[in-house]
Amino acid sequence: MSAPDATETTRRVAAHLHRRARWRWPEIVFWLAVLAVIFALPSRDAIINEALIAGLFALSLDLILGLTGIVSLGHAAFLGLGAYSAAVLASNGFADPLLGLALGAAVAAIVGFVTAPLLLRGGDLTRLMVTLGVSLMLGELANRNGWLTGGADGLNFSIAPLLGLFPIGFTGQRNAALYSFAVLFILFATARRLATSPFGLSLAAIRENRLRAGALGVGASRRIVAIYTVAAAYAGAAGALLAQTTQIVSLDLFDFHRSADVMLMLIIGGAGYLYGGLIGAAAFIVLRDVISAATPEYWEFWIGLALVILVLAGRERIASAPRRLIALVAPRATRRGVA
Amino acid sequence: MLTILLDGVAYGMLLFVLSSGLSVTLGLMNFINLAHGAFAMIGGYATALLMNRAGVPFLATLPAAFVIPAILGVVLERTLYRRLYGASPLDQVLFSIGLVLMAMPIAAYLIGDEPQQVHLPTWLSGRIELGGVGIGVYRLFIIVVCGAIAAALQMFLIKTRFGAQLRASVDDARVAQGLGINVDRIFAIVFAVGSGLAGLGGALSADVVGGIDPSFPVKFLVTFLIVVTIGGANGIIGALIGSLLLGVLDVAGKYYAPSIGAFIIYGVMVVTLIVRPQGLFARGDTP
Repeated sequence: MSAPDATETTRRVAAHLHRRARWRWPEIVFWLAVLAVIFALPSRDAIINEALIAGLFALSLDLILGLTGIVSLGHAAFLGLGAYSAAVLASNGFADPLLGLALGAAVAAIVGFVTAPLLLRGGDLTRLMVTLGVSLMLGELANRNGWLTGGADGLNFSIAPLLGLFPIGFTGQRNAALYSFAVLFILFATARRLATSPFGLSLAAIRENRLRAGALGVGASRRIVAIYTVAAAYAGAAGALLAQTTQIVSLDLFDFHRSADVMLMLIIGGAGYLYGGLIGAAAFIVLRDVISAATPEYWEFWIGLALVILVLAGRERIASAPRRLIALVAPRATRRGVA
Repeated sequence: MLTILLDGVAYGMLLFVLSSGLSVTLGLMNFINLAHGAFAMIGGYATALLMNRAGVPFLATLPAAFVIPAILGVVLERTLYRRLYGASPLDQVLFSIGLVLMAMPIAAYLIGDEPQQVHLPTWLSGRIELGGVGIGVYRLFIIVVCGAIAAALQMFLIKTRFGAQLRASVDDARVAQGLGINVDRIFAIVFAVGSGLAGLGGALSADVVGGIDPSFPVKFLVTFLIVVTIGGANGIIGALIGSLLLGVLDVAGKYYAPSIGAFIIYGVMVVTLIVRPQGLFARGDTP
């Protein structure tokens, strides 16, 4: 390839990325709508908060599954790590929420960084098993070290007001939801920036064809480790938020069903365009609320049925429905996908 | 010491029967069937309910524990599973998790949450001394039955025409198809037998695990996957050695080092995956 061509290509890619990085009006409407819901439904603050945190968790999975194409069946590992880090910190007298949030994300990121090399070998099946194995081991670790984690009883703790001003526990459900919203928005904006950066583009190359990406000089290993670490930090932040706003942690955070649920959320909303996790999480939480109000014991059945139908009917086709809908409303916004 | 070893072997044998179907379907169809445990649960329920509600003797229920899941397996294979053979691992995992999530509430709805106990006949309970080593009669029974099943499966694979066709299909389904082997039919039969064996394993394990309850498919899902991971997904021998290794390690670990408990098997799995992603006893190719 001659030099002017390369320059021209670089310029065009830069222009393309720049175009994609701009915020579209449907996105702005989306975020304002979420904020409006928080203020419009004060009696539902707890469930809104849960949906926001689940959205952050699903966003974290989207970073590895949607953007990079790395499957994981053990993402709960990082949720649990973040939650327990924040909880242990708070129950030892350091009750500041932001400190706990940072620690939760940091601990999860470190473990993510350490375990990421395990994902570089083998196929999808190996990755599913390794991630599952890691989450189970961490759960067992939490179970066995009761002196730190409270074992099967979990931990109850109190949390200081946010910034010393706003209580975020049972006495401040609205504040808790706003706290989660703020964290989600900041982390989402960061993820969005990441996805529309050259780094994000290289992740897409790895997802589409790792061999070819390698031949083009895009090495997969370091990028996978990097994005996995970031995703782990996001999940850790989600765990810390969950722990702080409910003021309780239990071993169930490491459970297999957490990993399966978050996968389902992401699949419902559609993977790969970042909003999928948020939409899916909201749909999942609302569905669960409605169904379990009707048949509390058997709501899993409907989730399972939804999964089976989703897969048989073609996950991709259904998942692209919201995107097509947006494309219908605002053709320009999604011509090349939002992210 | 020897007692623990034998207990471990018995547990490993159980794991083998429970998971052999999984390792063959995985090797043959590259299908990740996380719903395998649901078939084991159905087998366990068949035995428990036939004994408790219809008064059928234990041994007489075992054929039912094999046949019912096998029939269900072949029906599901023909209607649903086969659509996903070419699908991505993620789709297969999601689909089979969906089946598990459906199976558990159905079981809870039809049968109830409380564990269904299998009361062993008197000639199978108690302990005997074998050359100075004490062992539960039922453990011995499991070793004998499951050992016979393993031997029969291996003979079947090595000696019969169907076994040869099956091995050829596992090696390369496309070439086997080209040679005129009806791979489709082999898939269906193997799926049925695998589901049936899972059911039989579920029935045999009911006493060991303290009864069958609706959470059975999830409780043992991880164990199955570990067996398959360690043994590799390509054959009876690998699955058998993997199961035995896991059974002995698990029982010995719980006895000698209860404080680290389940770590041992998870640790073995992760180490295996790092060192040999295709399984300890598989041939060279990656899964």
